[in-house]
Amino acid sequence: MKEQVGVTLDDVRRVAELANLELTVEEEPKMQRDLNAILGHIDQLNELDTAGVPAMAQVGEMLDGTLLSRGETLRTDEIRPSLDRSEVMSSAPETDGRFFKVPKVIER
Amino acid sequence: MSEKVVDLQNLTIDLAREAIASGKTTATELAELHYDRIASLDGKINSFLALSRVRALTQARKIDEMAAKGEVLPPLAGVPVGIKDVLVMQGAPATAGSLILKGYRPSYDATVVAKLEAAGATLLGKLNCDEFAMGSSNENSAYGPVLNPRDLGRVPGGSSGGSAAAVAANFATATLGTDTGGSIRQPAAFCGVVGVLPTYGRVSRYGLIAFASSLDRVGPLTKTVKDAARVLQVIAGKDVMDATSSSRPVHDYVGELANPVEGLRIGVPEEYFGEGLDSEIRRAIDATIDGLKMVGCVVKPVSLPHTKYAIPTYYVIATAEASSNLSRFDGVRFGLRAEEANTLSAMFRKTRDQGFGAEVKRRILLGTYALSAGYYDAYYRKAQQVRTLLTRDFMTAFADVDVLVAPVTPTPAFKLGEKTDDPVQMYLEDIYSVAASLAGICGISVPCGQTKEGLPIGVQIMAKHFDEATMLRVGQAVEKQQAQ
Repeated sequence: MKEQVGVTLDDVRRVAELANLELTVEEEPKMQRDLNAILGHIDQLNELDTAGVPAMAQVGEMLDGTLLSRGETLRTDEIRPSLDRSEVMSSAPETDGRFFKVPKVIER
Repeated sequence: MSEKVVDLQNLTIDLAREAIASGKTTATELAELHYDRIASLDGKINSFLALSRVRALTQARKIDEMAAKGEVLPPLAGVPVGIKDVLVMQGAPATAGSLILKGYRPSYDATVVAKLEAAGATLLGKLNCDEFAMGSSNENSAYGPVLNPRDLGRVPGGSSGGSAAAVAANFATATLGTDTGGSIRQPAAFCGVVGVLPTYGRVSRYGLIAFASSLDRVGPLTKTVKDAARVLQVIAGKDVMDATSSSRPVHDYVGELANPVEGLRIGVPEEYFGEGLDSEIRRAIDATIDGLKMVGCVVKPVSLPHTKYAIPTYYVIATAEASSNLSRFDGVRFGLRAEEANTLSAMFRKTRDQGFGAEVKRRILLGTYALSAGYYDAYYRKAQQVRTLLTRDFMTAFADVDVLVAPVTPTPAFKLGEKTDDPVQMYLEDIYSVAASLAGICGISVPCGQTKEGLPIGVQIMAKHFDEATMLRVGQAVEKQQAQ
């Protein structure tokens, strides 16, 4: 466990950038306060010794039996109809009907 | 219409279907009665975000034609249902309670929506919820809070607040909600209706706008346990469009309700009756357990020793998964796009800043933090390990008992605005519901009384993976005891 010094305003800005969020100057200190409060609560997980305990991603892996007997199967690889393209494209904020249009990608 | 008026207050699935089959009413009239009631009363409650009148009435006419010809009606024939707005319905707005999806009309149906309609249900419209199903009070909806029909000064619970309120206010006979950490069971308890969290994998999630994929589940909210069994019967089962759905056979939930509960072993987990539990709720749950004893259930104390770690574990895992799932909302393919950005990355950031509410941002930030370099092992991996311990607690308990009986919530419905300033206090609302979510087991909230102030109280019955049949059976025993 890293030394817990709490989340700083710089941390909030760094994480916001990773998450593609642009927080306002009013939002930043509020988020800092909330993250510290929640992480403070989460820190009680460190009371538990979890050495040797397997990590669980979802419940299927905890149930007995093979993948098949647990009812987890992959569908067969076969061609099936997809959603109608023109309907899907019509949901986009900007499109030429074939492609999604976005502002310029490469910044100088 | 006078002789055809139906008592919406006590309308159940079987009553609706029988009334249509016998010509006492029509599916069209039932749909119109519900729309009239919504029009006159939902202005205050705010449970519906959109009505799908054309689709509902087209379906109702189809059912009426079948009834007129004397055909056997499908199991949900003419039953007016509402759909939580995180599930997509072709052509109807799907907002997930968020501004970022404003204007989005999906081009397909969620599997559960298609299944309900194929079973004869009339789809009334889309129901309000906390933004992206993140919340315990429905105060995080970008389209305004839902009020509790039992007390308009109080929250209906969340995140499926609209789904619970619509049933409680008799705007729909049944609704679909989703539950990631308690979002069906808690609002069901707050509004005095039945709410089912099916086992992870039991019900398809194709067409569900994802919040936390290892936790998200779809389930029914209804007035009776039998109705919940009827809806679950229709929506359960394997779906090729959802690789996480299970192909295990689906039980005959309605048929198995007839089996006796005598001899069933009821576990009472001591950790669910600790400090912070409202005394009136405790008394109601104790009385429920006594009632189960009287009908021949064997009651045993059990321990789920890691229960206190469920909330911190949940808020790491759910937010980590949310931060990943919600990256798809970027202004490119659907919904909102911020206009004033002239580069792609600025467009992403501005769209997400304008489109997401405070709670969603808070959870994305927390999840991103927990997954970021240097913190992954300390938070995310640690939480996944504790999730194993929490699940083992249940597995151990279910070696000795058939179901667990506990409160759903520590308090009855709280007042609007009471907890909005303190996220940790709000998260602690889920203290009795998140462990079942993490462990993937099934659970149900059944009304079991009310407080002196008249606020509903719910009891939670949890059963092992894929044992919804036993869970529903005990739920019905509680319901019978309440009716006496």
